[in-house]
Amino acid sequence: MKDVLLAIRGLTKTYPGVVANSDVSFDVKAGSVHALLGENGAGKSTLVKTIYGLVRPDAGSMTLAGQPYAPAEPRAARAAGVAMVFQHFSLFDALSVAENIALGMEGPPPMRDLAARITQVSRDYGLPLDPHRTVGDLSAGERQRVEIIRCLLQSPRLLIMDEPTSVLTPQEVEILFRTLRRLREEGLAILYISHKLEEIRALCEEATILRLGKVVATCDPRATSARQMAEMMVGGTLRIPTRAPSPGGETALEVQGLSASSPRLHGTSLKGVTFSVSKGEVLGIGGVAGNGQDELLLALSGEMRVAPGMVRLKGEPIGRCRPSDRRARGLLCAPEERNGHASAPDMSLIENAFLTGKVREGLARNGFVSWAGARDFAERIIKDFDVRTPGPQVAARALSGGNLQKFVIGREILQRPEVLVVNQPTWGVDAAAAAAIRQALLDLAANGAAVVVVSQDLDELMEISDRFAALNEGRLSAARPARGLTVEEIGLMLGGAHGMEVAHVH
Amino acid sequence: MVAGGLLFAALGKDPFVAIRTIFWDPLFGDFASYTRPQLLIKAGPLILIATGLSFGFRAGIWNIGAEGQYVLGAITGAAVGLAVYPSESRLIFPLMVVAGALGGFAWAMIPALLKVRFGTNEILVSLMLVYVATNLLAWAALGPLQNPEGRGFPGSRNLSQWSASANPELIAGTGMHWGVVTAFAAVIAAYVLLARHSFGFNVRLAGQAPRAAAFAGVNPSRLVVACMGLSGALAGVAGLFEVTGPAGQISIDFNVGYGFTAIIVAFLGRLHPIGILLAGLLMALTYIGGEIAQTQLGLPAAAIQMFQGMLLFFLLAMDLLVQFRLRWKARAIEVPRTVIPQASPAGEAR
Amino acid sequence: MDPILLLASLMVASTPILLASLGELVVERSGVLNLGVEGMMITGAITGFAAGVATNSALLGFVGAAAGGAALSLLFAVLVLWLRSNQVATGLALTLFGLGVAALVGQSYNGIRAPAMPDFRIPLLADIPVLGPILFRHDLVVYLGLALVAGVWWFLNRSRAGLTLRAVGENHDAAHALGYKVLRLRLLAILFGGACAGLGGAYLSLVRVPQWTEGVTAGAGWIALAIVVFASWRPLRLLLGAWLFGGISYLQLNLQAADVRLGFSLFGSRWELPADLQTLLFASAPYLVTILVLVLISSGKGRAALAAPGSLGQPFHASR
Repeated sequence: MKDVLLAIRGLTKTYPGVVANSDVSFDVKAGSVHALLGENGAGKSTLVKTIYGLVRPDAGSMTLAGQPYAPAEPRAARAAGVAMVFQHFSLFDALSVAENIALGMEGPPPMRDLAARITQVSRDYGLPLDPHRTVGDLSAGERQRVEIIRCLLQSPRLLIMDEPTSVLTPQEVEILFRTLRRLREEGLAILYISHKLEEIRALCEEATILRLGKVVATCDPRATSARQMAEMMVGGTLRIPTRAPSPGGETALEVQGLSASSPRLHGTSLKGVTFSVSKGEVLGIGGVAGNGQDELLLALSGEMRVAPGMVRLKGEPIGRCRPSDRRARGLLCAPEERNGHASAPDMSLIENAFLTGKVREGLARNGFVSWAGARDFAERIIKDFDVRTPGPQVAARALSGGNLQKFVIGREILQRPEVLVVNQPTWGVDAAAAAAIRQALLDLAANGAAVVVVSQDLDELMEISDRFAALNEGRLSAARPARGLTVEEIGLMLGGAHGMEVAHVH
Repeated sequence: MVAGGLLFAALGKDPFVAIRTIFWDPLFGDFASYTRPQLLIKAGPLILIATGLSFGFRAGIWNIGAEGQYVLGAITGAAVGLAVYPSESRLIFPLMVVAGALGGFAWAMIPALLKVRFGTNEILVSLMLVYVATNLLAWAALGPLQNPEGRGFPGSRNLSQWSASANPELIAGTGMHWGVVTAFAAVIAAYVLLARHSFGFNVRLAGQAPRAAAFAGVNPSRLVVACMGLSGALAGVAGLFEVTGPAGQISIDFNVGYGFTAIIVAFLGRLHPIGILLAGLLMALTYIGGEIAQTQLGLPAAAIQMFQGMLLFFLLAMDLLVQFRLRWKARAIEVPRTVIPQASPAGEAR
Repeated sequence: MDPILLLASLMVASTPILLASLGELVVERSGVLNLGVEGMMITGAITGFAAGVATNSALLGFVGAAAGGAALSLLFAVLVLWLRSNQVATGLALTLFGLGVAALVGQSYNGIRAPAMPDFRIPLLADIPVLGPILFRHDLVVYLGLALVAGVWWFLNRSRAGLTLRAVGENHDAAHALGYKVLRLRLLAILFGGACAGLGGAYLSLVRVPQWTEGVTAGAGWIALAIVVFASWRPLRLLLGAWLFGGISYLQLNLQAADVRLGFSLFGSRWELPADLQTLLFASAPYLVTILVLVLISSGKGRAALAAPGSLGQPFHASR
């Protein structure tokens, strides 16, 4: 029987209009990996922030190794031996690895000593890292190593990991898991937050499942099936979309040798990306975020202009066309970031319907806007895609992630695209909305449109793609039929340039 | 206003008398028949310039150099008129208006094109050009545009007394001149553009969500040129109307800071055309009231400037309180389960 | 013109913008864009002048200037940090407000002479030929400016607090997640910036002019902002930029006073720029050069953007 390290009793946190955590209690034992499972919005983040001292609970208490534990700020949490690896937002691009690590430590040693310790720890745990490199130039996997090493240098008792694998290739996940298992053997407690069930079954010996801020179940993931856990998470059975067989239609979109440098700082340049999609076909493009997905979408939407022949629509070169021109020709896009890119958060749904619907829905004459027409269009989207909102006059930011995503995807689908490109269509969306979105994409393809789905979610891609290709550091692999691909093959497609780590695994 | 009262009290003046002098006397006081027309005369250029600026400010394009564009419009417009002096053609005045607009437009194009071509910060460039424009003004008043019959005094011929170029009071006793008419027309046009036209939509979109604007197909370079050009042209026209009317001539002290005050007016009017109209009138009132207070109470002119700055501060602070309340309401509509991660920067949401 | 005297004067002429831009550099490194430098400078110019006259000590005047500049920046800090108002608009408002405050307070100081600021010859060093007169025979504030450059450099690159400040400016969400007090740090940076701008302004009214005239800063605050961009947010390049601009404004004044005529000779006949155009050109030179430098910097293919702090100008919302 292992000792309880962190005991949580009755934690409750309420925000205006919503209960984030309600009477949450569970124990994390030393020398174990404890999973915290739940959908987006289930309250995992709030809970973790409470443990790390970023959020103060309204009620409830915690003990750490038997002592009362109520950190007022992350500093106090770190002093008590609690360390956290964040999913996003905790590194400084313009600073070096060593500086980043120094910022996360209490009383760091002088820079030269610190650099030496970083090199040593990174070697000990099989996480190679150069302390003098600028973080902005690192890959996602390397960035995560920075965070992990930052934590390990503090010799923590409890390590919190928030969705650590969402940015890693399968091979990188293997390396991470080996490190985590080793830490567990050294007696560290690890609180592992994820919604990827197979990972949890492979790594954790205990799981606490949250739904709507409450603990709904605890289980031993090694003895529970993924499907059972998913049902506990969602609170119902999932509806799996069905894939209609695709007809071999004529080529709708052709991308040939697409190379372009990223318009963003620390972005990924596209290097000779080549693919084509036929009418009625779904092409899935997988890959870890930050490998050129955003840039590819910008090049296709027309926000980034490239040489004319690099992008062809129905044979015509459109590489230099502007976004509205591409829309007029039938190429529509839905970017990943729904707040601020696909939609303007502070504008109403009517205005957001006008945002891309202007050309194809004929919502402007001589530059003058037909707001009545835009309202009709918005109402049609709301109705056809079951967008839950009090009305079309509501600001986009007031919608939940899933509802706004349905609105954004629906807005493009209702414009009858000939080619639709979507980036991360179900990211951060609840399971029911995700299923509806996938089904809508499949229906669109069944009606003869060509669909390109860029996603990090491999399960999703396997479910809806006819062919699959992977983006890695701005290069796209050759597309292969999705049916029959093994996870190992996909992993190798994804991790093309991470040769060293692949060699490490075998 | 309370703070303003305190300010006046601190200066040793009766705050109530001071505030009445500033806000009441210009309209209804003993000399109202003289001061009332001044209201429109002062408000005209402020409203005209602020309306132009509001488009750029909404789109996040910061033309701070309206003062320079105002001066340039006056110089180019006056130069065109003086070139054909003493002809009496009826075309002269319209031609001067066009020249004024072009002058302001061209001066605004310098920061606009530098921003588009090189990404140069338009705030600093447009502002530097104000100082250059002031030097140009001094040069013009002493050199090429100097009145040859002016016995060597700096300043041009009086344009308001030459019928071909004069911008007279249209209705006696109101202060209404062509500039004021143009200002009202600009307010209406701006209102229609913002509410009903794609250009207005693009401007709002670019300001609120630049990436969404790019996605929608708004060309950022074209927007910069359009917004800067529009505000420059309106500022130039305002300068022309001023030089042919109330000011009368190009002189060293021709510019009195309308271009800067218009920034306050634009924000005070919340970048909304109707708001700008009201803010312009209010600002004009403080100017005139300030002048009265200066002569009657010995209140320093600078106190008014400070008071105007304070007004802007209060507005900026108040804006936020209002926004807070709106957010509060908006949040109540949200479906509960997704609120937390989406709203927190360090959470699961990206 | 004596080159030694020229360089020595350049050190003096560059001090106001050096001080103001150094303060703004720290503010911007913390992720805040304060466009109110001009307003804080002129406020410092008048409070410094008033304090100097009241105490009959120029040095105490500078203390008053720092306090005045910092007080005005506090207003900015409250609006921008806690009320999260738009930084650009608030900065502009601060400038307009500062100009008003200064004009108001300054009314009773017209025509008064400032207390003298003694030069401080650094013993021994001042007697070195050439370098002595250039570097070591100035007043204390010139040395303070140089010391501050070194201090800020050390602070940003070598100290823990400086690292934290850079981190906050780079990514305030990450800094907050690590438990750093974003707003408190930014407040301190803004106050420092205000104090520096105040000192710079007072150097104009107490030493350069030295009397109170309305609008004494004449755009120096804006040039200081431009120099921060020019320097890519680095203290040592900032010194270079300040000297460059100090040199131009000094030269411009001297050329005008010396009645130098620009022109060229071609085949024995000499063509000269008319006097009035030359005045126009000289008077506008500092502003035109600023624009030119800004263009050169920004056209250097994204280099300027690369050096800009990541969170510059963005409001910070603590996680709710």
